[in-house]
Amino acid sequence: MSTSVAVIAGCAAVTFAIKGAGPMALGGRELPPWFTSVIILLAPALFAALVATQALADGQRLTIGPDTAGVVAGGLVAWKAHSVIGCVVTAAVVTAALRAL
Amino acid sequence: MEGVRAGAPFGVAGAVVALSFGVVAQGAGLSPLAAIAMSAIVFAGSAQFTAISILAAGGSVGAAVLAAALVNSRFLPMGAALGPSLPGGPLWRAAQGQTVVDASWAIAARGDGTFDRWRLFGSTAPQYVGWVGGTAVGALGGNVLGDPETLGLDAVYPAFFLALLLHELGDRRSRVVAALGGLIALVLIPFAPAGVPVLAASVAALLGLHGASARAAAREREQEAAA
Repeated sequence: MSTSVAVIAGCAAVTFAIKGAGPMALGGRELPPWFTSVIILLAPALFAALVATQALADGQRLTIGPDTAGVVAGGLVAWKAHSVIGCVVTAAVVTAALRAL
Repeated sequence: MEGVRAGAPFGVAGAVVALSFGVVAQGAGLSPLAAIAMSAIVFAGSAQFTAISILAAGGSVGAAVLAAALVNSRFLPMGAALGPSLPGGPLWRAAQGQTVVDASWAIAARGDGTFDRWRLFGSTAPQYVGWVGGTAVGALGGNVLGDPETLGLDAVYPAFFLALLLHELGDRRSRVVAALGGLIALVLIPFAPAGVPVLAASVAALLGLHGASARAAAREREQEAAA
């Protein structure tokens, strides 16, 4: 239990600090155009990296498995049907089905 | 309210992710209550999964917290982007910044570099409910559900981010940046500790600098031509 408390407290502290740092440092002022241009592109860069690290790797090992296929199937649903719920459900169902084969 | 509606689908999808977190956390030695408390207090999915997986593999508390910090480091650039759109003093802005999660940050973005903070708060609310509720179901009912991998729940989280990514690929430049960001992450995965590949991928957004200077130059030329 003490391990759990320490991990929860530690994770909470670093998360508060990290999420608070940017807004604390930068507030209510006009931004230079170059800053804005970079900000707009942060989302595609970060989300693509999150997909890559989670769907194409297991820890530090690059792997392609049933979960990769499931994520691709989910992505097709998100793209064609614009449904994030359909996307995640499809990903789980396809992955589970491939593992059950 | 508009933000709540925009965030609701992500809340439901996040609940499915949280459900798998609730199940996995028990395998790492967290009691159901501890798993629920972690989701309620930390409220950062990828950091929670990372910390838990390190504990499950026999890692120390320090290693788990450090890895969680690295995985969360993407909130540094996100927070810096958001900051100028928040009113109030530094502490009040930092408090408002706690409401950022990936999906709500993307929902609140107006597309011109500024953010609508009420859309941020509104879209985070259903995601918080889904995240804590899903964790509770997974933590308390995990034995009934069985192995999360058999159920394909490990594919849910990356699929969630893929849905977010697809929203962002409207123009050619963001597609190039996404490809570059993914590539940077892939190259670093075998060498760098968890979280670093994602943080490093934010460098891809610097391609915006090139575009900005080119557009500024184009404006100057137009002004010169007009004069």
